Amino acid sequence: MDITDQLNISRRGFLKLTAVSATVAATPPLVARAAVPDVARAPVTQQVAMEVNGKPATLSLDTRTTLLDALREHMHLTGTKKGCDHGQCGACTVLVDGRRINSCLTLAVMHEGSKVTTIEGLGTPDALHPLQAAFIKHDGYQCGYCTPGQICSAVGVLDEIRRDVPSHVTADIGAKATFSTAELRERMSGNICRCGAYSNIVEAITEVQEGRA
Amino acid sequence: MKFDTPATTNPIDRLKVIGQPHDRIDGPLKTTGTAHYAYERHDAVPNHVYGYIVPATIAKGRVVNIDTATARRAPGVLAIVTAKEAGPLTKGQYNTAKLLGGPEVQHYHQALAVVVAETFEEARAAAGLVRVDYARSPGAFDLAAAKGRAVKPEDGQPDTAVGDFAGAFASAPVTLDAMYTTPDQSHAMMEPHATIAAWEGDKLTLWTANQMIHWGKGDVAKTLGLPPDNVRLVSPYIGGGFGGKLFVRADAILAALGAKAAGRPVAVALPRPVMFNNTTHRPATIQRIRIGATPDGKITAIGHESWSGDLPGGGPETAVQQTRLLYAGANRMTATRLATLDLPEGNAMRAPGEASGLMALEIAMDEMAEKLKLDPVDFRVRNDTQEDPEKPGRRFSQRNFVQCMRKGAEQFGWSKRSATPGKMRDGAWLVGMGVASAFRNNLVMKSGARVRLGTDGRATVETDMTDIGTGSYTIIAQTAAEMLGLPLSQVSVVLGDSSFPVSSGSGGQWGGNSSTAGVYAACVKLREAIAGALGMDAASAVFDDGKVSAGGRSVPIAEAAKSGEIVAEDSMEYGDLEKTFQQSTFGAHFVEVAVHAATGEIRVRRMLAVCAAGRILNPKSARSQVIGAMTMGVGAALMEDLYVDKRLGFFVNHDLAGYEVPVHADIPHQEVIFLDEADPVSSPMKAKGVGELGLCGVAAAIANAVYNATGVRVRDYPVTLDKLLDRLPTV
Ligand code: FES
Ligand code: FES
Repeated sequence: MDITDQLNISRRGFLKLTAVSATVAATPPLVARAAVPDVARAPVTQQVAMEVNGKPATLSLDTRTTLLDALREHMHLTGTKKGCDHGQCGACTVLVDGRRINSCLTLAVMHEGSKVTTIEGLGTPDALHPLQAAFIKHDGYQCGYCTPGQICSAVGVLDEIRRDVPSHVTADIGAKATFSTAELRERMSGNICRCGAYSNIVEAITEVQEGRA
Repeated sequence: MKFDTPATTNPIDRLKVIGQPHDRIDGPLKTTGTAHYAYERHDAVPNHVYGYIVPATIAKGRVVNIDTATARRAPGVLAIVTAKEAGPLTKGQYNTAKLLGGPEVQHYHQALAVVVAETFEEARAAAGLVRVDYARSPGAFDLAAAKGRAVKPEDGQPDTAVGDFAGAFASAPVTLDAMYTTPDQSHAMMEPHATIAAWEGDKLTLWTANQMIHWGKGDVAKTLGLPPDNVRLVSPYIGGGFGGKLFVRADAILAALGAKAAGRPVAVALPRPVMFNNTTHRPATIQRIRIGATPDGKITAIGHESWSGDLPGGGPETAVQQTRLLYAGANRMTATRLATLDLPEGNAMRAPGEASGLMALEIAMDEMAEKLKLDPVDFRVRNDTQEDPEKPGRRFSQRNFVQCMRKGAEQFGWSKRSATPGKMRDGAWLVGMGVASAFRNNLVMKSGARVRLGTDGRATVETDMTDIGTGSYTIIAQTAAEMLGLPLSQVSVVLGDSSFPVSSGSGGQWGGNSSTAGVYAACVKLREAIAGALGMDAASAVFDDGKVSAGGRSVPIAEAAKSGEIVAEDSMEYGDLEKTFQQSTFGAHFVEVAVHAATGEIRVRRMLAVCAAGRILNPKSARSQVIGAMTMGVGAALMEDLYVDKRLGFFVNHDLAGYEVPVHADIPHQEVIFLDEADPVSSPMKAKGVGELGLCGVAAAIANAVYNATGVRVRDYPVTLDKLLDRLPTV
C-alpha cells in the first residue's frame, strides 16, 4: 500500500510540505514572510538509550537532534564530522547496527537500542584499526576532516561486499559480489574528499581488503 | 635571519630526516577522530552555547525592517545581534564586503544577524523566525553583460607590453585568436567555516578555522575595534581551506558578537548551504588569447586579456600572470580588466590567477600546435625560455620545464597518441590524450618560530603556522629534527596559535618553504645556544644522532639543557633575490580520457604530473598535495560551476549536491614525478611551493584530451557532455 494513502496526504501535498521544511532549514526563502510560522514550538525532549562504541549511553534530547549532533555535541564524540548536515558529503558516516549511515540524516531518538560505532570506537592512536593504519601509511588524507567518515564508510563497504550486497557497477547481481577497484570507487562515492586523497584512499582500503596491512 | 644570498651547504642538505617520505606525525590523531577542529573544542570551552546565522536573501539593497521579536521569545534564545545591536564595526583589511550586513545588503547570504540559544536546534529554529523586509536595488550579476564597462584596476600590474604585439601578430604566418570562459568556483572545503568565541573581560579568544593566523588576528581586532593584543586565535587543525580560510569570515565575527551579547561562549558554524554565497569564491573569467608564430612553431606574438568581476572595492582574477613568464616571444601584451558585479565577494582560491589563466592559455597552445601541425609537447618545448621574457637578462633561478615535458611524455606513453582527433576507440568509448604546462610562481614570506630544547632532550617547535592538510606539522618536525640531529620522534610541533611567533601562514603555496625556513632560522639560533651551553664552538659543532660534537668532544644534546630548557626564537626574512631572479615552479600534466561515443559521458582514465619545484621536503605529503590538486583540476575541467541567477544575483547551486566536486568514482589512480631539484635561491631549505602547481594546467590537459578523443573543442568550462553531444562523431 502507498504510505501516502495511509497518512491521507496527497503526494502533491507531501511534496509541498517537505519543500517548505527543507527551505526553512536550508536557507530562509526569498519571500521570508510566507514561510515563517508565528510562534516558536516549545522543544520536545525524549530519552533515548543506545550503545555507543560498546558502552551504554542514555540521553535526554530535543527530538530534533540528529544522531550526528547527539554524538558531537552531547557525547563529545567529535571524531564524526559535520560537513554539510544534509546527507551530501559523507563526513558524518558512522556504523549503526553494523551498517554505514549518514548520521546527519537520522534523528537520535530513532535509535533506541541501536549499536553505534564511531571512528573513536574503531581504534585509538595507540591501537589503530587496520584501516586507520593503512590510511596513515598510504597518506589517505590531508586535512583529515573527511577521514573518519571515509574510514567508517570503508568498514561498511568491505562488509557489504562480504554480505553480497550489489552496487551500481556490479555487472551481474546474480553472481557473488566481489571486491574490485571499480566497486570500491563506486561504493565510496558518497564520501567526498575535497583535499582529493582518493587515489591514496583506494590504495589504503585495497591493502586492508587484501589482508596485507 | 636574513636570506639575501643564495644558500650554500647547510645541515638541511644531509637529508637524513627532511626530504624523506615520513608518515604525517598528525596521522594517528586525524585517523582516529582525536584531532579537534574549531567547532569541536569542548575541551577548551566546556559550556558554550550556539549561534545560528540569519543570511540576507537579496543580493543588493537595504534592510527596511528586521523583526526579531518572535525569535527573541523562542525557547532557549539568549541573544540576537543585528547590525543595530552590534554598533559600528570596521571592515577588515582583507575583506571586500562587510561580514555583518545591514541596513545595506552587499551580496546574497551576507550575514544580517546571529541568533544565540542554549542548543543548536533552538538557535536554528529561532533564526527561522527572524523576519526581514528588504528594499531590493538593481544590481549587476552578469559578467558577459558587464564586460564592456570593465576598467583597468588601480592596484598591482594589470597590463604589460613588450615589443610590438599588434604588428607582430598581424604579420605572423600562423595565428590564433580565441575567447575562453571559466566559471565561478567554490573552495568547498569539507570543514565549514566555524568558530567558538569566548570573552574574558575585554579579551577575546577565537578557536577558529583560519589559514593566516596573524592576518586574522589583525582583522578581528580591526573589525571589533579591539587592540590586537586582546585577540587570540587558535587554529591547530583546519579541515581544508584552499584560500577560503585566508581571511576572517562571518562565523568568527558573529561568534564574537554573539558571545559578548549572551555573556557566554558561543559556537558558530556556517551552514553548508550558506557557505557558497556568504563566503568568497574564485571569480569567473572571460579571456581572449592571441598567439602568432612562425611556421616552424616559434611564437612571435602572444597576447592575453582577462575580464572578471567583483564587488566595489574588490580585485580582479589575475588570469594573465603566467602568460608573462611561461613562453618565449619577442612581442607580448597582457591586460586585466575588472567589472563591478554585485555577486558575493571574489577572492583567492588555490593558485589564484594561474589556475584560471592556464585553463585558457593551455587550450590555446593546443589549438596553436594543431594549426602548426606540431606535437603539443614539442610546440611547448620549442618556446621554452630561460629568462623572464618581459625582462630579458633576468633569469629564472631554475627552470626545468622542458625536462618535465619530456619526462612526462616518455612516462605516459605520449607517442601512442593519435595527432588526428577521434581516431582512438575502445569499444563504445572514444579515447584521447591531452597535455598542458603547469606553472606557478614561488613566493617567499617572512616566517618565524620558537624552538625549545627540553631537559629531556626533546625539541618543541612553536609557530603560528597552520596545517590545512598540507603537511606543515610533519615538514616542520622534519626540519627541526634535521637541524638538531634528533630523530623525528623526539620533536613536537605546536601550530596555529596567535600567541606563537608570526609565520608565513598557509597560502599561495608559500607555506611549506617559508615556514620551514623560519624554523631553520630559529634552529640556527638554538644550535648556537646549545653549543654555548656545552662550551663548544657553534660554527664547527655537528648535531647528529642525538649528540653534539666539536673539537673531539661528543655529548648527548640533552646535556645542554640539563639545568633548564633552552629556548630560541627567530624568523627568516628575505632580501631582493626575488628581483634578481625569477622564482617559479614548473610542471607538465598528462591526461587520458574516454568519452562515450553515444552519450558523451567523460571519464578520466589516467593522470600524470611531473613537477619541478625545488627540493621536496616530504615526497609523501608533497605527492598528496599534487594528487589533491589534480583532483581539483578534474573538478574544474568537468563539473565545477557556480551557476549564477542573473536576475536575482546569487549562486543557485549552493550546496554539495548542486555544486559538484569530484568523488571517488571520478578519479583514477594518479601518478606524480618530482624532478630531483634543490633551488638555493629560494631559501636555505632550497624548496619551493608545490601545492598549487599541481592544479595549474590540469583542467586544460583534460579539455585537450577530450578534444583529442572527440574532435570537439570546448572553450567554455566546465566541459560537460551537453557541450559535446551534438558535435560527437557519428556512431
Ligand atoms: S554531514 Fe552528513 S552527509 Fe554531510
Ligand atoms: S582529507 Fe581533507 S577533505 Fe579529505
